[in-house]
Amino acid sequence: MRAHYGKVTAAFAMISALALSGCSAGGDSSEAGAEAVPCEASEGPVELSFTTWVPGMDQVAELWNTENPDIQVKVQTGPNGNSGTYQNFFNQIQAGNAPDLGQIEYDALPNFRVQDGLENIAECEGIADAQDQFVDWTWGQVTFGEEGSVYAVPQDSGPMAMYYRADLFEQAGIAVPTTWEEYAAAAEQIKAQGSYITNFPKTDVNWFAGMVWQNGGQWFANDGENWDVNLTSPESEEVATYWQDLLSKDLVSTLPSFSDEWNASFNTGQQWTWVSAVWGATTLSDGAPDTSGKWAVAPMPQWEDGGEAAGNWGGSSTAVLKGSDHPAEAAKFALWLNTDPEALALANELGGLYPAAKSATDLEAFAGGVEYYGGQKIYDVFADASANVNPDFTWGPTMTQTYTDVSDGFGAAIGGSGTLMDALENGQQKTVDSLKSQSIPVSE
Amino acid sequence: MTAAPATAPKRQRGGSSTANSADTRTRGPRQSVMSRSAAMLIMGVFTLYFLTPIWWLLTTSTKTGGEVTSTAPLWFTADSLGTFFGNLGRLFSYGDGLFGRWLLNSALYAGVGALIGTIIAAMCGYALAKYEFRGREAIFNIVLSGVLVPATALALPLFLIFSQVNLTNTMWAVFLPSLVSPFGVYLARIYAAASVPGELLEAARLDGSGEIRTFFTVSTRLMAPALVTIFLFQFVAIWNNFFLPLIMLRDQDLFPVTLGLYAWNSQISQIPELRSLVIVGALVSILPLIIAFLALQRFWSSGLGAGSVK
Repeated sequence: MRAHYGKVTAAFAMISALALSGCSAGGDSSEAGAEAVPCEASEGPVELSFTTWVPGMDQVAELWNTENPDIQVKVQTGPNGNSGTYQNFFNQIQAGNAPDLGQIEYDALPNFRVQDGLENIAECEGIADAQDQFVDWTWGQVTFGEEGSVYAVPQDSGPMAMYYRADLFEQAGIAVPTTWEEYAAAAEQIKAQGSYITNFPKTDVNWFAGMVWQNGGQWFANDGENWDVNLTSPESEEVATYWQDLLSKDLVSTLPSFSDEWNASFNTGQQWTWVSAVWGATTLSDGAPDTSGKWAVAPMPQWEDGGEAAGNWGGSSTAVLKGSDHPAEAAKFALWLNTDPEALALANELGGLYPAAKSATDLEAFAGGVEYYGGQKIYDVFADASANVNPDFTWGPTMTQTYTDVSDGFGAAIGGSGTLMDALENGQQKTVDSLKSQSIPVSE
Repeated sequence: MTAAPATAPKRQRGGSSTANSADTRTRGPRQSVMSRSAAMLIMGVFTLYFLTPIWWLLTTSTKTGGEVTSTAPLWFTADSLGTFFGNLGRLFSYGDGLFGRWLLNSALYAGVGALIGTIIAAMCGYALAKYEFRGREAIFNIVLSGVLVPATALALPLFLIFSQVNLTNTMWAVFLPSLVSPFGVYLARIYAAASVPGELLEAARLDGSGEIRTFFTVSTRLMAPALVTIFLFQFVAIWNNFFLPLIMLRDQDLFPVTLGLYAWNSQISQIPELRSLVIVGALVSILPLIIAFLALQRFWSSGLGAGSVK
C-alpha cells in the first residue's frame, strides 16, 4: 500500500490541476456573438440582480423599485472589480448564473467583450438614442467603435485636473503652472522649500495612462480583427521621460497612493499639487482635513502652450451581462440609473459618482462652490475637462496584467533599476505575450 | 465511568512528558548559556514580530480617521477610550448593523461547521484506526492526499459544481465544503490508534454495547484531546476562510466577517470613513479566535503533543 501512496497523491493533484485549467481556459475568446440581442420585453413581473460596489446603490435601486413594481432590482455588493468581483463575473458567466447587471470599469470592458461576457443591448428601447445624453468619450468606451453595438451604459467618469495649494503657491510667489514645462520648473522651486510638488503613484498605472491619454497617446487599438499594442508610442515616451526626470532629480515623492502616510503628507503640506480625477475632491478633503480652504483646482498642465487637453482616470459603466434572461428590462434600468436626475443626484450623494451623463452640470451638487476649495466652483473646471478628453482612447483586453507588469517596472525604476520607459517596454512585451497566449489576435 | 481507569494512565503519560521537559529545563544551564540566550532572543524577536501588528490594531482602533495619520502609530491618544467606543458604535450601526450580521454568519459557519466537521472526522478516523476492512489503507491515503490539495485550488471547481445544483450564493455553498477535514481524519486516526485500547472495545462488546454507542460513550471521551484539537483547527480554518466565500457569495447578508471586511477595505478610496471601521472590525473579528484559543488551550497542546509523538 505504501508504494501506492505517491501515485494516489499524484493522481489527485492532477485531477485538481485539470479542473483548474479547464475552468480558466474555458472562457476562450470568441469574437463572434456580436449580434445585438432582439431585446423583447418579458411578460409579467421581473426580478433583476445587479452587482456593484458603489456605496448607496441599494438606495438608488429602491427609488426605482417603488416607481417600477414590475421590474424589481436587487442590489448585491461586493469588493471592487479588480479585488475579486470581475473574476466572480467571469466564473458566473461560465457557470451561467451571472447577475443581470454588473458594474464594470471602462478599462475592464474590453476584457469582458473579448471573453464574450456582455450582451449587445443596441436594439433595446432607448439605448441607441441615448448617445447624445452622454459625454462623447464615454460613449466610445461602451461601443468600442463597433457599428450597431452598445455593450454597456456609461455610469461615471474621472476627468482630470490639477488640485493645488493656492495659499502655498501665493506665499512662495510661484505662478500656478499651466504647462508641464512650468510644472517641472515649479517642482524645483518647491523642492528648494523642502516640499514636493506632487507624489508619483507607482501602482496607479491607470493614472499614468490618463497622462498619456491627455498627451494624445493610445495604448491599444482594435481594427475589428487585430489588437494593436502601443505602450511605447512617442506620446507615452514623452510622458515617461518627463516623470523619470522629476523622479531622478528627487522632485516628487513616491509614497504608496491612498495610504495613511500619503494622506498625512497632503495633510501636513508636504504636497503642493495633485493631478487627479474629479472623484479625488473628496479623497483630498477626507484625507487632509487640516488644509481645508487652502486648495484650489486648475486645468491640467499642458504639453503645448495654450492647449486644453485633459486626461481621464477611472470611471465605470453598467453592463448587461451575458446570459441575462431579461436584457430589455436590464437595459431600461441601466439607462434610468445613469440618466435620471434624481438617480444621478442620489448616486453622487451616497456613492460619490461623477456622472457620465452630460446633464451632470445641471445637478445641484455640482453647481455651487466647495468650501474645502476656498468656495471655488471646482466642478466647472472638471466639466470643461470632461469635454476635452480624447474620445478615441481604447483600453486593452488584458489590463489587469498590463497594470501589474508596468507597475512592477515603475517600482523597480523608483528603486533605481531601469527607467519608466523600460517599464513600458517590458509591459508592451508582456502584454503582447499575454494576448497571444490567450489566442487573441495581435498585429505586430 | 468505565473509561476512568483507562484515562488515568493516559493522564500519567501526559504528566511524565511535562516531567521530561522539566528535565530538559534543568539540563539547560549546563548547556551553553550562549545558545540559550540566542534561543530566547530569537523567540523574543518573533514574539515581537507577531504581537506588534496586533498591538497596532489595538491602538489604531482607538483613533478617529484623522488621528490615524497624525498621531504616534503605536500609542494611544488622550481620548482613546471614548473614540474606541465611538468607533465600535459606528461599526455595529453602519449599513443597518451589517457587521453584526457578518459576525453571526462567521460564528455559524465556523461554530456549526467545526462541530459537525469534528464529528465526521472523528468517526472516520476512528473507523480507520479500529476496524479492519478491505481498502482501509487506500481510503486513508486518499484522504491524506487531500491534505496536500490547498482549499483555494478547490474553490473554483466547487463553484462550478455548486452552480450545477443552484446552490451558489447560499449559506450551503460555504457551509458544506467546510465540513470535511482530511487533516482531522488523519489526527483522529492516529490518536484513536494510540488512545483507544482494542481490549476496551472488546469489553464493551461483551457487555452488549453497540458499536455506535461505544463510539459516543467510550471512545470519544478517550479521544477528547484530539477532538478539541480538530475542532480548533477547523474553527480557525473556517473563520479565516476567505477565498471560498469570495467566489461563492454575492449577497452581502451572507458574507462571513473576513469577506465583509475585505469588501469594505476595497472601498476605502470611495468611502474614507470605512478605514477606521475596517480597523476596529479587524480587531473585533479576531476576538472570538483569541477566546477560543485561551479557553481550549490546555486540550490543544496535549492533543498536538500526542499526535506528534506518534
